[in-house]
Amino acid sequence: MRNMKEFIQEFGWPRIIIFFFLISLFVLAPFVGVRLDASISDVLNRFGQYAILVLALVPMIQAGCGLNFGLALGIIAGLLGSTLSLQFELKGFMGFFGAIAFATPFALLLGYGYGKLLNKVKGEEMTIAMYVGFSFVMLMCIMWLVLPFNSPTMVWGFAGKGLRTTISVEYYWIKILNNFLAIRIGRFFVFPTGLLLFVGFCAFCMWLFLRSKTGTAMTAVGSNPDFARASGVSSDKMRTISVVISTYLGAVGIIVYQQSFGFIQLYTAPSPMVFPAVAAILIGGASINKASMVNVLVGTFLFQGLLTMTPSVINSILQTDMSEVIRMIVSNGMILYALTRKMKVSK
Amino acid sequence: MSATKKKSLSTFLSEYAVVIIFVLFTLAAIAPSRLSIVYIVQEVITRLGRNSFLVIALLLPIYAGMGLNFGMTLGAMAGQIGLIFAVNFGVGDWQGLVFASLVGLPISILLGWVCGSVMNRAKGREMVTGYILAFFISGIYQFFVLYIMGSVIPIRNSAILLSRGYGIRNTLNLESVRQSLDTIFLLKAGPFSIPVVTFAIIALLCIFIVWFKRTKLGQDMRAVGQDMAVAEAAGIPVEKTRIIAIIMSTVLACVGQIIFLQNMGNLMTYSSHDQTGFFAVAAILVGGASVTRVSIANVFIGVILLHAMFIVSPLAGQNLFGSAMVGEYFRQFIGYGVIALSLVLYAWKAKKAASNARSSLRGQATGNGNGNGGQA
Repeated sequence: MRNMKEFIQEFGWPRIIIFFFLISLFVLAPFVGVRLDASISDVLNRFGQYAILVLALVPMIQAGCGLNFGLALGIIAGLLGSTLSLQFELKGFMGFFGAIAFATPFALLLGYGYGKLLNKVKGEEMTIAMYVGFSFVMLMCIMWLVLPFNSPTMVWGFAGKGLRTTISVEYYWIKILNNFLAIRIGRFFVFPTGLLLFVGFCAFCMWLFLRSKTGTAMTAVGSNPDFARASGVSSDKMRTISVVISTYLGAVGIIVYQQSFGFIQLYTAPSPMVFPAVAAILIGGASINKASMVNVLVGTFLFQGLLTMTPSVINSILQTDMSEVIRMIVSNGMILYALTRKMKVSK
Repeated sequence: MSATKKKSLSTFLSEYAVVIIFVLFTLAAIAPSRLSIVYIVQEVITRLGRNSFLVIALLLPIYAGMGLNFGMTLGAMAGQIGLIFAVNFGVGDWQGLVFASLVGLPISILLGWVCGSVMNRAKGREMVTGYILAFFISGIYQFFVLYIMGSVIPIRNSAILLSRGYGIRNTLNLESVRQSLDTIFLLKAGPFSIPVVTFAIIALLCIFIVWFKRTKLGQDMRAVGQDMAVAEAAGIPVEKTRIIAIIMSTVLACVGQIIFLQNMGNLMTYSSHDQTGFFAVAAILVGGASVTRVSIANVFIGVILLHAMFIVSPLAGQNLFGSAMVGEYFRQFIGYGVIALSLVLYAWKAKKAASNARSSLRGQATGNGNGNGGQA
């Protein structure tokens, strides 16, 4: 058994503070008139909604490509998949898996190109990924206006062309995973079984993959490129694979998010999705070169718990909405902490 | 390293790829925008006065080898706090701007010190760290302006408060200081009006930068930018020099944002600073600077080119595609794309140079080994 000090050192103060803050929010909730069962249900829901987007960051962290600030590329592949699925009027499970199927070629293609690019700019991945993501989001903004979609649920009513900024999936595949085998207790509590099963399945596949031959080679490239090269592992190839998987999971993640959220958000929406995912995995204990399934699950739960609970609880206490400010400070503070931390360790 | 004096055409192209692409785009967009040349030139003059100061704020950190200072947004926020106080105390005209700068000065020095210290802990990752730090401080800025001002810090001008009694309004009318710097002496030259004082201040700043580069501190900065280990060995306090570079950049950004906002005439309290770093960085890169190499000329070429494109592209988009949104998205795409492209070109070149240097050391037998681990 390790002693407490060592544990705290490893886990990091920010995470412990966030953990206790969240606990105190849960404890406070009933006293300020916030229903605990509804809150827990919300947290579970949002946990499932975001978990796969957070999971998408793991392969690139493991392969030494850093935090995938270019996750927007994967998200866009997912958006293409879900808009195509709506365009072809696919409904129910057919629609959901159809969206994933349509997204696949885009995700693989984008991921491959993006991976090749990142191989050329080793050491500067994060800044470049961010700007590649931003500029691609902007390029796609033009595309959403000019691509020949014509399903009446998706295009602007009066112009008859150009996709809407938010598209409802209500008559297609809304909450298809959430409602699968869902358990209802009382009026307020719903356990989204299907959603959590799907998340669990993806996390398990990733866990298996990281233990496979390719996965081990990938981790080796991330932790010591020279050693990996000496043992005959092509570092560029492994990095490309990690980027492709990351991009693909980003696509799947956004589709899972959409079915739970109920809307497809286009145009500039992908950019602000990335930072919360990065913050979540870091809160879970990942660093910029090491991440595990536990980091993903704990981090998503803590971060989404915080985002769900602060507005309701803090607002009831202070009678003002501070959630946006708290979200900004916590998520960016966490990323900052991770970026400055490795330096200290290696000193 | 190749030290050939005569540059071949291909080197020239790769060196100035961004500039060349930009000139071609802008020239192509002028005709379909159907704007008169006089209008475009006047707009460019206005925007030169408005933006140049902010862009110059990026120079020193580049000299010090810290890359593009995305953390300059911190200075912009300090400037905005200064302006809020200037409006609050009703200090108008150019005195209001001086007042705002004086209020902003200590805040920006403090923020610059924070930024420099954080970057010292993230060497090699300054750019992404600065970018995130700007978001982080933006959260604190929002907390300060939205909750503390008017509740803890008394604000006596109730016109700038939200109706609930505390927190600053989303849009602040800077009527009292609007264009007060530009109009001190507005030179009318033919169809153009030129804000002479603004340009004089920018010129003074340029002279200061040129002079500063020759001082001991300026030389130290460049030495640190060349090679931190060598500078350290030569007795230069590396970390301190880097912090000073960032503090100076932040203070300049503070003043730059005040000049920018007096020209705009409105302060979007919670979003004016969001794009400051983005526009400044895009401008300096369009002007032909890279992450490590920059001159004052890059600033002006960049501002002129970037803003000429910004002026023509929405209308060109409107006329070519029948939608102003296409032009608007296009200009943002170009802005982000330019940053991405120049960062990629720079990192690519750096990697190539590193692998060339290694293979020349290794001799010809393993001359074309791949560049793995070059950045490890």
